[in-house]
Amino acid sequence: MALIRRFEEEAGRQYQRAKAGGFLHLGIGEEATIVGTTSVMREEDFLIGTYRTHGHAIARGTEPKRVMAELFGKVDGTSGGRGGSMHIFDAEKRFMGGYGIVGGNLPIAAGLALGSQYKGEDAVTVCMFGDGASNTGNFGETMNLAALWKLPVLFLVENNLYGMGTSVERHSAQTDLSKKAEGYGISGTRVDGMDVLAVREAVAEGLRLAREEQRPTLLEAFTYRYRGHSAADPEVYREREEVEEWQRKDPIETFARRCREADVLGEREVQQVRDAAEAEVKAAVEFAEASPEPPLATMYEELYARTEADGWYAVDERSPEPHRGEREDEIPAAAQELAEAGAAYAEEPTGERPNPATHGDAQEGTEPRVSSEDGT
Amino acid sequence: MAQLRMREALRDAMAEEMRADESVFVMGEDVAVFQGAFKVTEGLLEEFGERRVRDTPISENTIVGIGVGAAMNGLRPIVELMTVNFSLLALDQIVNHAAAIPYMFNGQARVPMVIRMPGGGGHQLGPTHSHSFEALFLQVPGLLVACPSTPADGKALLKAAIRDPNPVVFIEHESLYGTRGEVPDGDGEPLRFGEAAVRRQGDDVTIVGVLKMAQVADKAAEQLASEHGIAAEVIDPRTLRPLDLDTILASVRKTNRAVIVEEGWPHGGVGANLATLITEQAFDYLDAPVQRVTGADVHMPYSKRLEQAAIPHEEHVVSAALATLAIDP
Repeated sequence: MALIRRFEEEAGRQYQRAKAGGFLHLGIGEEATIVGTTSVMREEDFLIGTYRTHGHAIARGTEPKRVMAELFGKVDGTSGGRGGSMHIFDAEKRFMGGYGIVGGNLPIAAGLALGSQYKGEDAVTVCMFGDGASNTGNFGETMNLAALWKLPVLFLVENNLYGMGTSVERHSAQTDLSKKAEGYGISGTRVDGMDVLAVREAVAEGLRLAREEQRPTLLEAFTYRYRGHSAADPEVYREREEVEEWQRKDPIETFARRCREADVLGEREVQQVRDAAEAEVKAAVEFAEASPEPPLATMYEELYARTEADGWYAVDERSPEPHRGEREDEIPAAAQELAEAGAAYAEEPTGERPNPATHGDAQEGTEPRVSSEDGT
Repeated sequence: MAQLRMREALRDAMAEEMRADESVFVMGEDVAVFQGAFKVTEGLLEEFGERRVRDTPISENTIVGIGVGAAMNGLRPIVELMTVNFSLLALDQIVNHAAAIPYMFNGQARVPMVIRMPGGGGHQLGPTHSHSFEALFLQVPGLLVACPSTPADGKALLKAAIRDPNPVVFIEHESLYGTRGEVPDGDGEPLRFGEAAVRRQGDDVTIVGVLKMAQVADKAAEQLASEHGIAAEVIDPRTLRPLDLDTILASVRKTNRAVIVEEGWPHGGVGANLATLITEQAFDYLDAPVQRVTGADVHMPYSKRLEQAAIPHEEHVVSAALATLAIDP
C-alpha cells in the first residue's frame, strides 16, 4: 500500500512535469481495496480493472518501473508505450488490463472466467470496476450471463462515491450497489474498502464461492480517492471537509497503527517499508527517464499477429508512396522522412504543465475548491 | 466435390474445426436449440453438446466481450451475431476491445475469435434489418474482414478465420445462404486471407464485386459480353482486410478501367476506399475515372419497389462499365 501511495504521488508529480501525458487517474486513498483483494488471490487467478489501475498492476507484482515507463510512453513500459496510464497490462502476472471504456472490462472478465471453466481450470477472475460502471448496459448483461453460466468470477465494485464528478446519489437510483445484481441472481455484500483486512476477508470468501461453488458474487467496497477523477478535475462537486474526513480513515495510516498496536511491526519496520517504497519509486522514475522512446519503425508492430496471409493489412498512406503498414521495415524514404517530421511535434517538454484543472477547455474559468499543491 | 448450400458449407467449416480443435466453440443468440436464425449452426448442438454450442441471451456487446475474454484465455470462440444490424450494439467490444487489445497491450494478448454476422438487403426488412457494414469494419485496424460469395469460399475462409490468431469479422449475406455451389469434399484446405479470386478474365474493364455483388458483377459481365462484345475481368476480393490490392492493380493496369460494386452506402464506402487506392497507385494506367456502383444513400425502404431500386443490379454495373468505355448504353 505504501508503495502504491508513493508511486501515485510521484506519477502525479511527473504529470505536472509533463513527463506523463494524456489522462492520469490516481488511486490515492484506494490502496486497501486494491491490496486487500490481490493479497488473497492465487497466482493463476486473473485480475481485470479500469483506467485507474497503476496500483492494481503493482499489487499483482508488476514492477513499478515498468508502469512508470508506460506513463512516460517508453519502450520499457508495460505496453511498450502503446497503452499509457489507462491501459496497463501484464500477461505474466495475469493482470489482464486496464481499460479506458467504463464497463468495457465486465464482459471480458466473464470471458476470462468462461475460459477457465471451459478448460477445467481452477482460476477465478476478479473484475474490479467503479460505481459509475454499475449503470452501464454491460453491468446488467454481464451479471445475467455470469449467473446463468455459473462463471468463476468475483465482481468487485470500487465505490469511491463519484462517477467522475457525479455522486452515487445523483447517478444511481439504487444507492446500495451491492443489491444491484440481485435481480440477476447475483448476491452482494458490502465491505469497508479502507480496511485492508476487511477487504481481504470479504474477497477471500468471494473467491471461495466462485472457485468451490461456481457462484459469482458482487462485493461493494467503500473507498475514496483523495485526488480528483483525473488530473484535469477542478473538484467543484465536493467539499474539502469531505476529503479530510476520509483522509482520517487513511488505509495506510490505519493499518500501520494497527500493526504497531498489535506489536506485529515496530516504528522502525514501518519506516523501513516507507523508505523502501521511496527508493523503488525513485528508481522507477530514473528507469522511465532512461528508457528509449519507441522507434518510429515499430508503429505498426503488434497490430496483427503475422500469419501466412498475403495482402494489405494496414495501408500506410502517409507519403506519396502508399505501402503496407505491416511492412514498416520496408518503409520508403519519403514516408520515413514524413514520420520523422510528425514525430518532431513531440518535442521534449520544458517547464511545468499548466494545471489542466484550471486551464482545461471544459473548466475554463472554474476555480478549484479542492486542489493539492501540485494541482491534481 | 459436393453440391452444398452456403449455410451447409459454413456449418461444415465450423464442425470440422470443432472436431479438430477442442478450444473452438460457438455461441450466440439461438445458435443451439433453435439451430441458428438462418440455420447455419444446424446439427452442431447435437454433435458437440451444450458446452461447445451455447445459446446466449440477447446481449450483443457482452456476447462479443465474453468472446474477447475467452480468446485472451486461450479459447477460439466463434460468436454469431444474428445479423450485422445488431453488431452496432457490440461495436464497443469489437472496436475498442477485440481490435485494439493486441496493439494496445503490445502483443501480450491476442484475440483469436471469429464474429460471424449475416447482412444485406432484399427481404423487405426495412431500415434496421438490411444493413451492409463491410466498409464500417474495413475501417478498423486490427480486424480482419471476410465477405465470401460462394459456398466453397465460405467454407475455406471460415476455416481460415477460425485458425487465424487475429479477430475476424466474417460477413455473410442473407440472400446467399441458399446458394448452391461446388465445395471440395472432406476436410478441405483453408483459404488464405488476402487472395482475391479472378472470376472471369477480360481485357476491357475490371469489375470488383464485394460479397453478393460479386455475383451481380459476374452476371453483368455476361451481359457486357453478349450484348456489347465487351470482355470484363471480374474480381471477388473475398477478404477486404487483408486486401489483395496487387491482383486488383494488376488487372487495372491491363484493362485501364475499373468499376467497384458494393451493396453498402456510397460515402466512405468500400468503393470509395478502393477507388482512392487505385487512383493513387495506378493513375497513369487509367483511361477513365473509377466508377462506383453502390446501394442508395438512404435507409433501406420497406416497399419492394423502392428497396429493389435502392440495391445495385446488373443493369447498374453494365451502365457503369460502359461509362468507363465512353459507350452510350
